[in-house]
Amino acid sequence: MDLLALFVDAIFVDNLALSFFLGICTFLAVSRTVATALGLGAAVILVQGITVPVNNLVHRHLLAEGAWSWAGLPEVDLTYLGLMLYIGVIAAVVQVLEMVLERYFPTLHRTMGLFLPLLAVNCAILGGSLFMVERDYGFAESMFYGVGSGVGWALAVVLLAGIREKLRYADVPEGLHGLGLSFIVVGLMSLGFLALADIRLG
Amino acid sequence: MDRSNRHALLDPLIDNNPITLQILGLCSALAVTTTLATALTMSLALTTVLTFSSGIISALRRHIPRSVRLIVQITVISSLVVMVDEILQAYAVEMSKRLSVFVSLIVTNCIVLGRTEGFAMQHDVKRSMLDGLGNGLGYSLVLILVGIVRELLGSGTLLGVSVFPLAADGGWFQPLALMLMPPSAFLLIGLLIWALRTWKRAQIEPSELPESALVLSETEAVGDGLARSVR
Repeated sequence: MDLLALFVDAIFVDNLALSFFLGICTFLAVSRTVATALGLGAAVILVQGITVPVNNLVHRHLLAEGAWSWAGLPEVDLTYLGLMLYIGVIAAVVQVLEMVLERYFPTLHRTMGLFLPLLAVNCAILGGSLFMVERDYGFAESMFYGVGSGVGWALAVVLLAGIREKLRYADVPEGLHGLGLSFIVVGLMSLGFLALADIRLG
Repeated sequence: MDRSNRHALLDPLIDNNPITLQILGLCSALAVTTTLATALTMSLALTTVLTFSSGIISALRRHIPRSVRLIVQITVISSLVVMVDEILQAYAVEMSKRLSVFVSLIVTNCIVLGRTEGFAMQHDVKRSMLDGLGNGLGYSLVLILVGIVRELLGSGTLLGVSVFPLAADGGWFQPLALMLMPPSAFLLIGLLIWALRTWKRAQIEPSELPESALVLSETEAVGDGLARSVR
């Protein structure tokens, strides 16, 4: 039940895009149409669901204090190397994922392949791993958190794309065209998500 | 200072601001602006990383093979970020806790990679460092503005010093709790962009809402290049 609560929290309450502002560059650049937003969202869920648990293993078995005690080095603490390792893991996972998709799932690759390289330098992905370390999640928790936070981000980007498709026909002041208006729309969406902050399961 | 150097330093402040025009590096800009103190620390951290990574990459630019340049850049940037993070943890523990993961996230901040890839790879060390400093300052300008508004209206203080006496303490000011929550950052930057574009009309986007082709293709190029150099 705790895991389920964590999952729902990661989607609605701790939404990476709308409460922590992560991945906003991609969020604004790739939310013109619902179709592309869906592709991007699916890619984020996939990458986030893989990299957070993998980085969890890296963190607990290679970096954390005491991880090397089996080798007679109980006081070695490599957490300061974390950042470089996490980003390396993310880049590698993205790369492998792209090759696997291209080889075995060409249709899937056509929908989300374009976005995979983008995600290697997306701060929502790195942020997910860093939050996992900061909050000291176990392996099972990190799996639920990874998928949940990916779903939350995907949900936000698809909703924003839907709103922006309709807004194309709105008559707004010149200075607000494009970026300015998107910011204000995202602000209002974020306000809406605040209303979900009281959801508690279990 | 000759004209092109001054241009490299001053152009990113308003005319070509990385946040309001190039849509780069927004994530941290929104997250750390609840108080002016965090905004200042973040600005300082990013400007330092940006200036030195531009300088280092520019010094190395003739020795980096094209195919692995993004990996080299990310390694240089992340080493600098780790240093800044360790310094913060050593001398300003409280601040480091309040900034939480956002200092580490400078690694994926597109401003840094954008400037090293887009400018430092083609220019000499001095110009590159000035360009890094200028972009860092342009970023800082937006952060500090938003930080001032949010702290002043959200808690009636500036840098922790009371400016508007709070109603709770017998003053007249009723703080706006919304200013301390995430949505206000989006709304404020939206309004800031509106104000800036009404003043500098050249920055207005055409109304057809075409793909912001430049930004998208830039990010894609970075991503593609990264993918290729990993391969």
